[in-house]
Amino acid sequence: MSDMQDYKSSLSDTTSRKFETFSYLPAMTSEQIRQQIEYVVSKGWNPGIEHTEPENARSNYWYMWKLPMFGETDVDAILAEVENCHKAHPDNHVRLLGFDNFKQSAGASMVIYRGKTV
Amino acid sequence: MAENKYNAGVKEYRETYWMPEYTPKDTDILACFKIVPQDGVPREEVAAAVAAESSTGTWTTVWTDLLTDLDYYKGRAYAIEDVPGDDTSFYAFVAYPIDLFEEGSVVNVMTSLVGNVFGFKALRALRLEDIRFPVAYVMTCNGPPQGIQVERDILNKYGRPLLGCTIKPKLGLSAKNYGRACYEGLRGGLDFTKDDENVNSQPFMRWRHRFDFVMEAIHKAEAETGERKGHYLNVTAPTSDEMMRRAEYAKEIGAPIIMHDYLTGGLSANTQLAQWCQDNGMLLHIHRAMHAVLDRNPHHGIHFRVLTKILRLSGGDHLHSGTVVGKLEGDRDATLGWIDLMRDSYIKEDRSRGIFFDQDWGSMPGVIPVASGGIHVWHMPALVSIFGDDSVLQFGGGTLGHPWGNAAGAAANRVAVEACVEARNRGVELEKEGKEILTAAAKHSPELKTAMETWKEIKFEFDTVDKLDVSHK
Repeated sequence: MSDMQDYKSSLSDTTSRKFETFSYLPAMTSEQIRQQIEYVVSKGWNPGIEHTEPENARSNYWYMWKLPMFGETDVDAILAEVENCHKAHPDNHVRLLGFDNFKQSAGASMVIYRGKTV
Repeated sequence: MAENKYNAGVKEYRETYWMPEYTPKDTDILACFKIVPQDGVPREEVAAAVAAESSTGTWTTVWTDLLTDLDYYKGRAYAIEDVPGDDTSFYAFVAYPIDLFEEGSVVNVMTSLVGNVFGFKALRALRLEDIRFPVAYVMTCNGPPQGIQVERDILNKYGRPLLGCTIKPKLGLSAKNYGRACYEGLRGGLDFTKDDENVNSQPFMRWRHRFDFVMEAIHKAEAETGERKGHYLNVTAPTSDEMMRRAEYAKEIGAPIIMHDYLTGGLSANTQLAQWCQDNGMLLHIHRAMHAVLDRNPHHGIHFRVLTKILRLSGGDHLHSGTVVGKLEGDRDATLGWIDLMRDSYIKEDRSRGIFFDQDWGSMPGVIPVASGGIHVWHMPALVSIFGDDSVLQFGGGTLGHPWGNAAGAAANRVAVEACVEARNRGVELEKEGKEILTAAAKHSPELKTAMETWKEIKFEFDTVDKLDVSHK
């Protein structure tokens, strides 16, 4: 049993909270985030930024940061808006979505900034 | 104008049912049969016999034939083709007028097309290879209760395959121990756990106890991880009344998804349940026990692509599809063909994938293919590459068999799938660089590292029994 590890996760330990896609990987570097945004752009999806207070993270509707960036393909411009949202709401979770208007679904969704998890 | 006189006796089928000059209508239901005839019987006669016996005909002329317009209602054998690499059989194409079938009833379609004709003496063997359902017929069927996009929205899962796990041992656990196994898998990072198909309501674990304990597991895992979770509660039951009772209770306790075995449970029951799920906002997972009895023999039975189409029409949000890489039978190109039939809205004829007809699904939602059976973390790069995001990758032993338990096994799978998706999005070729991707991800995940060490030697490399006809010989 000595080499068996306990699975560390509990209701009381807020680091157990996950954030869906990519939240089981280590936090991405800025280069990795850029690559994922390039993927969203390459698929023709519309980038959108949303944020929420951590205590309301389970709602379907996070706050939209402005409107989805319809037709935006400039990765730097998208990254800059993610930064703007984070600066305006430093304690909130911030996620980037790629809206696929043909499927009416998000082709991608990833939390880029995490507030203080509850 | 009364032109035909009644002549009792036996006519050759081909006089009436072999019509090579016929151009199928857009509204016809088309079928492709693979036929092994008895020795000495001409192909046209056998093809015509199949068309007759699966539509209006019987072995002798009857006077009541003349009371209707049989030339309108009859099935028409309109083409014959060689089977590549197989001299014992041939393909026969039959067109059926849409009036022959009750609207919205795959039960009725299958009763005609795979009914008495399969026992017909003039045939040595018969296989229904494909059906083209005209969009006019598709739109009379209810189809999947929710569809892929709605499921993603209900569960808040985007941009990756979903992860499931079938709870083992298949039989014998008490409800409380069973719920424990679910809870551990879900808290470790799975989206779903699943009742095995033969878990119904046995003496060792009655269905209501199972439902109650499993719901507690879901609620706690959701609170702990902050993510949405589900468990396919199997409502397959001895009667459809009992099935509905279990479905109602699942809804009452807030379960997001239930499960049914559509072949052993039956198509009527399945269609009824799917319609109820649509009305009640429930997702429906479909298992396919008995399919291999029907679809594995290359010369007799019903091809799985037909079983796929009838499930999409009858209704289900998930359907087991095979894995290509795991322990169960499944040719790669053929599997790619039927997962397209599950998910896409229009599928072109493509013989290299075993698809004999264009199929237009109109506005009918898609079904998520479920890859399940003997898969583990080492298969993950191939699975993500083959199935893409709109799939459920379901690891049973590959989760529960982790040396540290279900939660660790689940976390290993979750880290692996996310690492593969992250790499794929960067443009990495998963099947080429799978080992490097997993090895790098394992540096941050002792659970994945241990899973990789546990299963590294296990492969399933037997030859496929039911190959596509293009690859015979």
